[in-house]
Amino acid sequence: MSRRQGVLDGTLILLAILAVWQGLYQYAGSAALTPPWATVRYAVDLLGTPNFWGHATQTLSAFAWSVAISAVLGIALGLWFGAFRFAGDVAEPMLASLYTIPKVTLYPVMLLLFGLGPSAKIAFGVIHGLIPVVLFTLGAVKNIRPVLLRTARSLRLSPIQTARFVLVPAVLPEIASGLRVGFSLCLLGVLIGEMFASQRGIGFLIINGINSHNVKLTTAVTLIVIVFAVGANSALLALDRRLHHRG
Amino acid sequence: MTETAAHAVLRGVTRVYPGASQVHALGPIDLDIAKGEFFSVVGPSGCGKSTLLDVLAGLNPPSAGTIVFEGKPVAGSVPDGVGVVFQEDASFPWLTVRDNVAFGLRRLGMDAAEIARRVDYAVGFMGLADFAGAYPAQLSGGMRQRVCIARTLVLQPRLILLDEPFGALDQQTRLLMGDELLRLWRETGATVLLITHALDEAAMLSDRVGVMSSRPGRFIDLVETGWPRDRDSRIVSDAAFGAVTARLWSSLRTESMKAIGRG
Ligand SMILES: Nc1ncnc2c1ncn2[C@@H]1O[C@H](COP(=O)(O)OP(=O)(O)O)[C@@H](O)[C@H]1O
Ligand SMILES: [Mg+2]
Repeated sequence: MSRRQGVLDGTLILLAILAVWQGLYQYAGSAALTPPWATVRYAVDLLGTPNFWGHATQTLSAFAWSVAISAVLGIALGLWFGAFRFAGDVAEPMLASLYTIPKVTLYPVMLLLFGLGPSAKIAFGVIHGLIPVVLFTLGAVKNIRPVLLRTARSLRLSPIQTARFVLVPAVLPEIASGLRVGFSLCLLGVLIGEMFASQRGIGFLIINGINSHNVKLTTAVTLIVIVFAVGANSALLALDRRLHHRG
Repeated sequence: MTETAAHAVLRGVTRVYPGASQVHALGPIDLDIAKGEFFSVVGPSGCGKSTLLDVLAGLNPPSAGTIVFEGKPVAGSVPDGVGVVFQEDASFPWLTVRDNVAFGLRRLGMDAAEIARRVDYAVGFMGLADFAGAYPAQLSGGMRQRVCIARTLVLQPRLILLDEPFGALDQQTRLLMGDELLRLWRETGATVLLITHALDEAAMLSDRVGVMSSRPGRFIDLVETGWPRDRDSRIVSDAAFGAVTARLWSSLRTESMKAIGRG
């Protein structure tokens, strides 16, 4: 796909979204959401207020922590489970089924464990984001071409050198895919955590807007979150493609 | 053979792949490879050639018997001084040709200028100079195999084990690569063990060719070619070349028929 084609597709999708949005507004009325142009203007105004940034920094910091924890822990566990076949064979189906549990059911437990506040939000992010990172990493390690490891042995690499210079680079494209999925899910987890268990942050702003019938605020904040998520995801997708292309 | 000191010695070596099926893949093998010798192995596919290479390199343990390289037993790891080129593409897809070739030297912590000098030489030697900055995905299968050969050569191994390295090449390129291999062998004085399925390649390159039976692979014939050390692919027009190839084929013919189920 050429760059121009990509821009064209992006524009078309954007136009389609705007059309649906406008249509929904006509149908549901101003009690449910505000129309596109007014929302964009309000969102821009909102981005100029310190109050919004107070909430946004809370969310971004919890998000950054949950991504960092999911990435480091997820890659480490994935490499570990993958390197020891038996542990991997046991862990993989367990993680896969764990992953399909609706995470909502874990929220009460998390609240009891972490209380209200930043650590609960981070924990919500991690329970969403961690497992895909582990599963992608584990799968990549299990499916690494054996001849690459044989090459490492023939070059007399130590186990640590093999991990650092052969295993990790070989599985990096898969890890990048896992991180991309984990990244989106961490954001989801943190926002939901804020809706349930916080007085601060973007998730709280949305819930608060809903409770106080502030449709303008809710729609504008949702728009900002969507733009952020889509932007970050496309950047990661581009990186992901680059890494895969190389291989 | 001018030198007769044994560089690698195999005694009663067998390999049975463990597991439910217990495939007896190799041996027993008794073989002395002389220092500086160019030794080739031919045999029907699936007869255990790659298994022999793995066991000799220390990548897989033998089920019985002993392997000695430079006077020391080979056990559990690849000895210093042994270089391996595998049958499958083993280039690292995340590294450029140059970085692939430099890989082993960097792990040894060698001085950067010396690495650059050796890598440039090996890359040029293998005809990859125009592709030094390319990634393996941008190269043909034959070129990727040359990257792997270069990656092994820069380490200046004293025993080079090559498993069907020219399998992906057309006949002309294969002959020319054979010439390069001979040049390298002469210049470095290394001992070479080459696995190939091409009888003419074995006949043209080697001091000695071992013909293997169908699985479990054993040597059923050892053919001395008697070529001078200073030789190249033009030897194929020598009358003796025809005689060597004919002998290899007559030894191999019945085994090959067994391998395709007509034995
Ligand atoms: N890891 C393995 N486990 C079980 N059997 C194997 C394994 N590797 C090879 N074999 C079997 O051992 C025999 C010899 O294989 P190989 O050495 O690769 O033959 P060649 O290189 O001569 O084609 C074949 O029958 C093959 O199927
Ligand atoms: Mg083979």
